[in-house]
Amino acid sequence: MNSSTTNIAPAHLAEVRVSFRTAGFAALAMFAILAALPLLTLVTGDAFVLVVATRIMIFALAALSLDLILGFGALVSFGHAAFVGIGAYAVAILNAYGVNDLLVQSLVAVAVAALFALVTGAISLRTRGVYFIMITLAFGQMLYFLMISLSAFGGDDGYTLPARSTVLGMPLLENNLVMFYTVLAVLVGAFLLARMLIASRFGRVLRGTRDNAVRMQAIGFSPSPYQLTAYVIAGSIAALAGVLLANQVEFVSPAYMSWQRSGELIVMVVLGGMGTLAGPIAGAAAFILLEEWLSSFSQHWKLGFGLILLLVVLFSKGGVGGLVKRLLGGAHHG
Amino acid sequence: MRGLLSEMLNLFLLQALNGVQFGIMLFLVAAGLTLIFGIMDLINLSHGVLYMVGAYFAATFVALTGSFVLGLLLALPAALLLGIVLELLVFRRLYERDHLDQVLATFGLILILNESVKVIWGAAPLSVPVPEALTGSVQLFGNVRYPLYRLVIIAAGLATAAGLYVLVNFTRVGMLLRAGASNAPMVSALGVDIRRLFTVVFGLGAMLAGLAGALVAPILSVEPGMGDSVLILTFVVIVIGGVGSVRGAFIAAILVGVVDTVGRTFGPILLRTMLDPSAASQTGRALAPMLIYILMAAVLLFRPMGLFPVRGAVR
Amino acid sequence: MAETGALLSVRNLSKTYGALVVTDNVSLDIPERELHVIIGPNGAGKTTLIHQLSGRLPSNGGKVVFAGEDITRLPMHQRVRRGLARSFQITALLDGFTALENVAIAVQARSGSSFRFFAPVARDRKLNDEAMAVLARLGLEDRAHRRAGTLSHGEKRQLEIAVALATGARMLLLDEPLAGTSHEESAVLVELMRALKQTHTLILIEHDMDAVFSLADRISVLVYGKVIASGPPAEVRAHPEVRAAYLGDEQADKAPEAAAAGGGR
Repeated sequence: MNSSTTNIAPAHLAEVRVSFRTAGFAALAMFAILAALPLLTLVTGDAFVLVVATRIMIFALAALSLDLILGFGALVSFGHAAFVGIGAYAVAILNAYGVNDLLVQSLVAVAVAALFALVTGAISLRTRGVYFIMITLAFGQMLYFLMISLSAFGGDDGYTLPARSTVLGMPLLENNLVMFYTVLAVLVGAFLLARMLIASRFGRVLRGTRDNAVRMQAIGFSPSPYQLTAYVIAGSIAALAGVLLANQVEFVSPAYMSWQRSGELIVMVVLGGMGTLAGPIAGAAAFILLEEWLSSFSQHWKLGFGLILLLVVLFSKGGVGGLVKRLLGGAHHG
Repeated sequence: MRGLLSEMLNLFLLQALNGVQFGIMLFLVAAGLTLIFGIMDLINLSHGVLYMVGAYFAATFVALTGSFVLGLLLALPAALLLGIVLELLVFRRLYERDHLDQVLATFGLILILNESVKVIWGAAPLSVPVPEALTGSVQLFGNVRYPLYRLVIIAAGLATAAGLYVLVNFTRVGMLLRAGASNAPMVSALGVDIRRLFTVVFGLGAMLAGLAGALVAPILSVEPGMGDSVLILTFVVIVIGGVGSVRGAFIAAILVGVVDTVGRTFGPILLRTMLDPSAASQTGRALAPMLIYILMAAVLLFRPMGLFPVRGAVR
Repeated sequence: MAETGALLSVRNLSKTYGALVVTDNVSLDIPERELHVIIGPNGAGKTTLIHQLSGRLPSNGGKVVFAGEDITRLPMHQRVRRGLARSFQITALLDGFTALENVAIAVQARSGSSFRFFAPVARDRKLNDEAMAVLARLGLEDRAHRRAGTLSHGEKRQLEIAVALATGARMLLLDEPLAGTSHEESAVLVELMRALKQTHTLILIEHDMDAVFSLADRISVLVYGKVIASGPPAEVRAHPEVRAAYLGDEQADKAPEAAAAGGGR
């Protein structure tokens, strides 16, 4: 009764569930392609590819962390961008006080995000269903409005960083290639960590709760502490994405944590295939490339994007999950 | 000292009135949405855009007819129609889906409607003039004057709330709404055409949200995305009031409206008694927008189902 | 606390929804190693009673004492940890998990912290061995690595019991373990419960009268939330009120259908 698992039909999840091993291979392939990408830019001399790929990986990191709670915890959190924002503002605010070290900024970002997740998660997890969605959304907006009103850090206009963060005093990240590989390393690290978590004792309890919370109580588990822990871990990883995002664009704005951003993260996870960890990475790539592509046609690209999203959900059997399953279907059945 | 105190009191009363007016707006948007959540168990993120579209309809029809009243009278059925069309085309297919599909579909709908508004009316804000007869202000108490139009909004909102109260508590449709909010399967088991009831609720909700948008059009700028922030506040209202409870939505909406408005003015003033002025105004301005979320968290801590829980009695 | 030496002692337990009384002042004493069957027509409130005993639903009044401890207000998971586990009428397994995992996670619940984040649990020897032993006891070893969702109905019912057993409970509340099973499947399950009687205390809800009368040490008859009779099978069978209200004059094993048609809501 006191579990906050939202009503995600088990069939929905079962359909999306791709085998753990298949997902691992898919991720390995994506990481290999990403690692080799700079070679391509050497040939073509076009650095733009590197910039887009870095951006994709940063959002992949955020989407991956959301998958931990959405895909494995069945918690439809609509405030995940807030954690990305916390990470970005940790960079901006520390920069304003003269602290530019990436490691210090990351530690602070993770600590603050974990604390925020702990407090808001504990309150949100007292509820379930539509309540949980609305409350996570509201807490995210709370932070958004806080940042808008903090004029010392640019308020609505955002905060321009004078330079990227330093690593042990060295301006390593100024080089786009170093930036690229740093982000890739963090993404791979987070992926491996998440896989380990999912396969652990803790992860099994989380997955069990997703599938059937009442069953878990009937064998002696109280789900909320596990869900809260997952919420905190996911928030912390998303904060790292925020630290990297701030560094890549050298600019921080409340828009990073707006609720539309949270919605986009959910779209990435679901489009890519939730509960797979590899799916959200593909989803982030698809989303950002689609955004780049559609926006090259018209400034009103969101109209097209919204239509695609709506039609897929409405007319694809089993919703987006069903479509993903069918697209993947041929490759691994049985 | 006396002068300062009475000035403070006047300011407080003015802000409280503004808060009530804001709360009434929130209630108009929240009333339909809380029923949609409660009866259909549908998470609808796109309710805020109906408020926005209502404002655009009003702006358009007022400009076309040259009369505010005529414009309003045309905007309302247009909003109603839009609500019904959306229900038939989109929401009807979502009732049986899980929450995640509902979130994604209605998120898509927001993108579509926000962007369509930009395509049709442009990205620049529109303004609607306050109707001639309602300009100016009236003397309320002492030397406090208050804009007449805002008073009219409060009166119109209260009248609508009263109408809803009668509808929900004393009519057959209202009885079905109440029964549906606490136990929807039972209502359909009674042989009521639940689909038609849903369509009615949607149309009604869209019209109320549109009414709110149309009423505030003369005092706010009409622009794309204006529904988004209202949507979040509406969620806070519904969570505090209890999903499915129109009465809860009313009380919570007034509460949120007053706390938010008064907090923004008096937070910094109160802090100034403790901190130095610049720190106080910084902290105050940062904390004020968080007040209602803290209020929401506090309510949830003690009543996870909101102040007036409807659902969950039989479960 | 409990005056008798009963393992489970229920006193004046009630459950109401507004004016509707679903559980009406139920009192029961179940001594250790008893197999107690609760029968009654559909809508008598049997499942509600199990929900209240297991902590799935809160009670409006009365007391539940288990092993000398008042557990009336404890949530379900804490009752399980104290040794009172249940199965579900509608099979509620983790369908995406293998049979082994379904059982192993119940073992995991009582062996050490689950806030362990690193070692892969699928290769946890201790959990798997214990889970396999429970599966073996139910004759499900060769199904261990199949997903629960792909098992036959009878196997799922067996797995339900395996999971309840694996929690290490002293007492099991089994809600219609034979529901929907074929004749052969139900024979297997009846033998299983007969064996369980040697080691566990059981409360069973069951409609299959053959099974009820062959297994039960004692039977309680629930009608409209009230226990109208409680005692050894022969006594209950002869009880005039039971005959009138429930068994009717028909053959015992035909009774549930008749009751469902006539005595239902």
